[in-house]
Amino acid sequence: MQTKTEIGDTVESKAEYFLSAPEVIGHIGFFPVTNTLFTSILITLFLTIIAFSISKNLSMVPGKFQAFVEILIEYVYKLTNQIAGSKAQVFFPWLMTFVLFILAANLSGLLPGFSSVGIYKITDGTKTFVPFLHSINADLNSTLALAFISLFITHFFAIRFLGIKAYLQKWFSTKMFGIALFVGLLELVSEFTKIISLSFRLYGNIQAGKVMLNTAKSFYPYVLPLPFYLMEIMVAFIQTAVFMMLTLVFMRILSSKQIH
Amino acid sequence: MENISLAIAGGFFGPAIAIGIIGMKAMEAIGRNPEAQDKILPIMLLAMAFAEAIAIYALILAFTS
Repeated sequence: MQTKTEIGDTVESKAEYFLSAPEVIGHIGFFPVTNTLFTSILITLFLTIIAFSISKNLSMVPGKFQAFVEILIEYVYKLTNQIAGSKAQVFFPWLMTFVLFILAANLSGLLPGFSSVGIYKITDGTKTFVPFLHSINADLNSTLALAFISLFITHFFAIRFLGIKAYLQKWFSTKMFGIALFVGLLELVSEFTKIISLSFRLYGNIQAGKVMLNTAKSFYPYVLPLPFYLMEIMVAFIQTAVFMMLTLVFMRILSSKQIH
Repeated sequence: MENISLAIAGGFFGPAIAIGIIGMKAMEAIGRNPEAQDKILPIMLLAMAFAEAIAIYALILAFTS
């Protein structure tokens, strides 16, 4: 579903606001490039450049930015160590990647120019506004991708730490006269709900924040959205922490031996 | 439109109570042991985020169905 907002018509399309597909800004061959994909490539480039420039200019007395990055990394590492123990060395790079990408994506969505700078495309007589940049996590496709990556790597680590036999015994075991088998099947279903909860939580929070900012802006522009912006910054950090922590706990639970 | 508001009202009922309880218990814990505030606060926010997520599921479902 594409959001078709004619000029001046912003109130009536609130319902369409929620599950809106990202707008296509161009094609590479027959592959459509949406604005969220474009934004995520930009953010990846930004993070790469930051990583290179920071690792070149490391100093014993950290500057402001280096201190911020150090606090972030230290916090995640301590948490990983606390929960995963000896497996922290393996889990940490993945969790840190999630944290950096989701945090950069959430915070960048609040910058001016996001979903406001773009062009009008005329299709079937209606003008469609196509912004160049769009908050990444306000698109269900990208949060679903993140959730799938998280779940895949969780199961990969589980197989790696337990071995394929113990991993399969988690789901299909014949202990306790089939009760364990039933519980295992339930657990298997709950693996799929992980995808839904991970992706919808992130997407819903960011998208709801966007809708709330728009509503506040339409009530009383420039002044009323300000406290909501502060709250959105907090939400950006909290949702990053939630995604990271859930992934960490899932990894820890799946890759340790336990009997149901 | 009425269905949407009903869904939101029903779906927000539980999380609102949950957030209230989480806040209450965190306050109690801080009151008993003020030094632990730095440890309690992030965990409280996390737990609140989990409760809030349920409200947001209701919001998404209300707007999509």
